[in-house]
Amino acid sequence: MQARPNLTGWLMVSPLAIVLAVFLVLPIILIGVVSFWTATEFSIIPAFSWENYDFLFGSPVTYSVFLNTFKYAIITWALTFSIGFTIAYYLAFHIRTQTWQIALFLLCTIPFWTSNIIRMISWIPFLGRNGIANSALISWGVVDEPLDWLLFSDFAVILAFVHLYTLFMVVPIFNTMMRIDKSLIEAARDAGASGRQILWNVILPLTKSGIMIGTIFVVTLVMGDFITVRFMSGSQSANVGRLISNDIALLQYPSASATAIVLLATVLITIAILLRFVDIRKEL
Amino acid sequence: MEPRPKSFYVLTAFFALFMLFLYGPTITIGILSFQGEGGGLTFPMRGVSTYWFRDLFQQQAVGDIWGSFSRSIVLGLMVMVTTVTVSVMGGLAFRTRFKGSGILFYLIITALVIPSILISLGVGLLFSQTGLTVHWATSGFGAQLTWTLPFGLLIMFAVFNRFDKSYEEAARDLGASPWQTLRHVVLPIIAPALIGVALFGFTLSYDEFARTLLTAGSYNTLPLEIYGMTTNVTSPVLYALGTLTTLFSLAIIGVFLTIALIGNRRRARAGSDAGKGVL
Repeated sequence: MQARPNLTGWLMVSPLAIVLAVFLVLPIILIGVVSFWTATEFSIIPAFSWENYDFLFGSPVTYSVFLNTFKYAIITWALTFSIGFTIAYYLAFHIRTQTWQIALFLLCTIPFWTSNIIRMISWIPFLGRNGIANSALISWGVVDEPLDWLLFSDFAVILAFVHLYTLFMVVPIFNTMMRIDKSLIEAARDAGASGRQILWNVILPLTKSGIMIGTIFVVTLVMGDFITVRFMSGSQSANVGRLISNDIALLQYPSASATAIVLLATVLITIAILLRFVDIRKEL
Repeated sequence: MEPRPKSFYVLTAFFALFMLFLYGPTITIGILSFQGEGGGLTFPMRGVSTYWFRDLFQQQAVGDIWGSFSRSIVLGLMVMVTTVTVSVMGGLAFRTRFKGSGILFYLIITALVIPSILISLGVGLLFSQTGLTVHWATSGFGAQLTWTLPFGLLIMFAVFNRFDKSYEEAARDLGASPWQTLRHVVLPIIAPALIGVALFGFTLSYDEFARTLLTAGSYNTLPLEIYGMTTNVTSPVLYALGTLTTLFSLAIIGVFLTIALIGNRRRARAGSDAGKGVL
């Protein structure tokens, strides 16, 4: 009897294990190996050389790009968290019927199932030099000249990140909020707590795990991104993902791999720190 | 009912603004895709026409929109079916601890958080170094699974954590074989969640960009095609395509939600089937 559950278990997860082994583990190992190779303009050569890492850590560009990546992650996190928490709080505690809760929640999640690239493109008529935002600002007399920094700037990058990823905060936070025992809130009210105190001392601590899961999603998505930064900054800003994709475009796979390994290490360390605050397996 | 607090109205306004922020841009390009023939990428509208939609159906100077569209649909269906099957099996297996379940769980989390460009780069390298040709249906398919499977599995974990095991015990006590228990008891109970997993599988694949960038080979999927267009197409035809593919996504979501709703209704109407037996 001891051996059998193990065997059926293994059989059932074998497709999953195979997919992850071939398309996740092997590629990561290979990136690790290739990061020690060298390259000419046309080909990559198996070797064991620290050249790529030496170059990476010796270049001031690397540090500024990593710094920029963290900047995007922190600002996006702060914005998605404040917006996501407010929306989740509204849905969980201010909407009284379940039907409305589900309907409004779905309304928040539908954009997630549509194309990210289209959602980025759709900011062009809004933020462009002759776009809606500029026309409105000029007609209100706020500015005389159209603002140039609305599209193709760091502002646009952050705006797109918030637009694309706030949902990843709303869903887990809403999920944990819905599981808060409503009698705890009543108890707090009976004990004389104000609305603000209930929010700060009861709801916020109880939604910590949802906040952490949302944070992990947003931080990793932003840190690993290369396409939003490229598109929304009009190729004027860089993050680590763009560094890698530029190397790939130049067929410099070893150097791209070295950067990718450093990025992966950075992301995993960040997650490890965040996971100290929450046990994901318990939260599902 | 107690009266609404003042904060309710403030938050409702906030929520409305958030909805405007979420949907406003998409609606804007929806309107602009009906731009007149001489119109540009921004307002004002120079007349209203379906010129740009018709233009989509003409031969394009670059690319192959309809070919990439059909490839994306086929790939989406492949990923959907695989994701549902593998996630259900994985979810069932993870109910009991087995040797290696811890490692596998962390691999799933890794797949979820790993920067997508690493999958693209790694799978691309794997195929080129082993002498295989990258193709959307092989390398592209596998690369997308690393993104859809974690979502499917997390949903299954959540479902099975709330699953009442006494239903299965009852089936077993009545003499059902493990397969019968799965087929007639477990699967019908988790069916609504499976619709969710299928929706995730299809749409995440249909919209995936980063993971297919280096793994799709010479035939593009639709998101890659659209991305290519952003660099060399500067007419509202881009918006027309965006509007069409968004409408397609909405239709897919609508279909899945309808299936879920009908399933729920039927179940509510059928009520208990105690005493009717399973044929």
